Amino acid sequence: MTAGMPFYVSPEQLMKDRADFARKGIARGRAIVVLAYDNGIAFIGENPSRALHKVSEIYDRIAFAAVGKYNEFENLRVAGVRYADLRGYSYDRSDVTARGLANAYAQTLGAVFTQESKPYEVEIVVAEVGATPDADQVYRLTYDGSVADEHGFVAMGGGAEQIETALREQWREGMNLSEALVLAVGLLGADPNGGPNRELTPSQLEVAVLDRNRPRRTFRRITGQLLERLLNSEDPTRDAPAADDGAETSVRDVSTNPQTQRPEQDGPSE
Amino acid sequence: MTAGADHGRLPGAFLVPGSSSFTEFLAAQAPTLLPSGRTLPPGAAVDAPHGTTIVTLTYAGGVVMAGDRRATMGNLIANRDMEKVFATDEYSLVGIAGTAGLAIELVRLFQVELEHYEKIEGTLMSLEGKANRLASMIRGNLGMAMQGLSVVPLFAGYDTDTGIGRIFSYDVTGGCYEEHDHHSVGSGSLFARGAMKKLYRRGGTRDDAVRVAVEALYDAADDDSATGGPDVGRRIWPTVGVVDDDGARFVPDDEIAPVVDAILASRVDNPGGAR
Repeated sequence: MTAGMPFYVSPEQLMKDRADFARKGIARGRAIVVLAYDNGIAFIGENPSRALHKVSEIYDRIAFAAVGKYNEFENLRVAGVRYADLRGYSYDRSDVTARGLANAYAQTLGAVFTQESKPYEVEIVVAEVGATPDADQVYRLTYDGSVADEHGFVAMGGGAEQIETALREQWREGMNLSEALVLAVGLLGADPNGGPNRELTPSQLEVAVLDRNRPRRTFRRITGQLLERLLNSEDPTRDAPAADDGAETSVRDVSTNPQTQRPEQDGPSE
Repeated sequence: MTAGADHGRLPGAFLVPGSSSFTEFLAAQAPTLLPSGRTLPPGAAVDAPHGTTIVTLTYAGGVVMAGDRRATMGNLIANRDMEKVFATDEYSLVGIAGTAGLAIELVRLFQVELEHYEKIEGTLMSLEGKANRLASMIRGNLGMAMQGLSVVPLFAGYDTDTGIGRIFSYDVTGGCYEEHDHHSVGSGSLFARGAMKKLYRRGGTRDDAVRVAVEALYDAADDDSATGGPDVGRRIWPTVGVVDDDGARFVPDDEIAPVVDAILASRVDNPGGAR
C-alpha cells in the first residue's frame, strides 16, 4: 500500500486519515433513522427520489438501509440480495439471517478499508424483524467494518449524533408506527445548528417497514396517502394495514414452497 | 460456496453491478446448484416419479390453473397428494408435468429468479419477460430431457398492463408459445383438452372456469391411468390456482369440494358428461 510513497506514514496516521475521509463523506448526506415499533422496525429518511432508494428489501425478514455514496452502498445492497438469495436457495429460506449478512458486510468493509486505495464512504444498517420485539436484530456497520448490535433505534448520516441524543430521551418501547414516524420525521427536520425546524412533507420522505405480522416477505414501502394518514396525528390510522389494498392474502405473503408443498403461512420458527 | 473463500469477505463477483438474473449469478458462482449444471452418465435410464396432468384456462380478467395430485413411477403411484401448481410470484402460476424432482427444482429456481429481479430492479418483471426466463431454464435442461428426464411446464399469469390472463406453453427444447383460451400438458392432456374444447366459454366467470378445470381433470383421469381423479375417500382434491387483478392465490379445499361433488353427481348414469 505504501510502496511508491516517498515518505514514511505511520499506520496510525494512515488509518486516521482514511477514517476522517470516510466520516466526512458520510456526514455530508441526509440522515436515516431506524426505529423499533410495536409491530416491527421502521426506516425513515429524507429522500426526494422515488427511484434511488436508501432503504431496501434484502430477504423475507431482512432490510438494508444506508447513507453515504450511492454507488458504493448500492453495490453492497446488490451483494446482500445475492448473498441472501444464494443462501436461501442452497439451504432454506429460514437459514438466511441478518447476523450472517452483517458478518459478510463487516468483513467486506474491513477489507476495503485496509486494502483498497480508498475506503467506502458508507454507513449501513442490516435489520431483521423477529416474531416478537425481543427477537428483533439491528446491526449498524461503519466504513471500517465495525459492527454494533443496536437496540431500539439507530440514526446515521448528517446530524446523526443530535438525532440519537434526542431518540435516547424520546423513543420508548412499544410505540406504534404512527408515533414512531412522527418522532423520526420531527427529528429529521430539526436543524443541527439550532436553526428553525423544517417541515418535511411525505413526498420528501422515504419510509419503509419490516412488518412483524406479515407471513413471508415482511418488507413494505409506505408512501402516498397511507404515509400522510400515519403522520397526521388526528387521523385514526396507527399502523400499516395487514394486507395491501383489496387483496386478502397475495402470494407476496403466502407463497407455495415446492419442497414442502405447503403455503409458508407461519413466521420463522423461533 | 457463499462468503468464506476470502476470510468471510463477500467475493468480488457479488459486488459487480450488472446482472439482475439469479440464474446467471448461480451459473457463475455455484454452477452445481443449477438443475442444468449436472451431467448424467450416458445411456442410463432413470426411473423417477412423474407428474401428470395440468390444465389452464382464462376467464374474464384472469386465468385458472389446476393440476391433479398424482405422481407415478412406472405402473406405481409414487405420490397421491403431490402439488403440481405453484405460485411463482404475485401475478403468475406454474404447473409442471414430467420428471417431478427436476420440475420442482426448476420451479424453486424460477421463484427465486423472479423475486431476485424484483428486489434488484425494484419493479416486477413483465409477463413476457417471465415467460422467456422460464423458456431459457427449460432450454438448459435439454440434455437431461434427451435422456428421458424432461420437464414440461405450463405458465399462466395476469398481464397488469392489459388486464387479462395469459397462457404460455413450452416444449422440451425451450420453445415458448402463447396459447389462447385454454391449454393442457401432461399424460392426460389429450383428454383434458378435448373436454375443455366442449366446456370452455370465453369471458366466463372465475367460478365457471374453476368448474371447467376440475371437470377437465376428471375427464383426463377417466381415460389416463397416470392422472389421479378426485379422491373422495381421502378427501384429496385437485390443486386449483387463480390469478387476476388481486394477485395469485389458491382456491381453498372447502370451495373445491362442492365443485367436485357437483361433477360427481352429474356423472351418475352419464359417465361421459353428455349434455
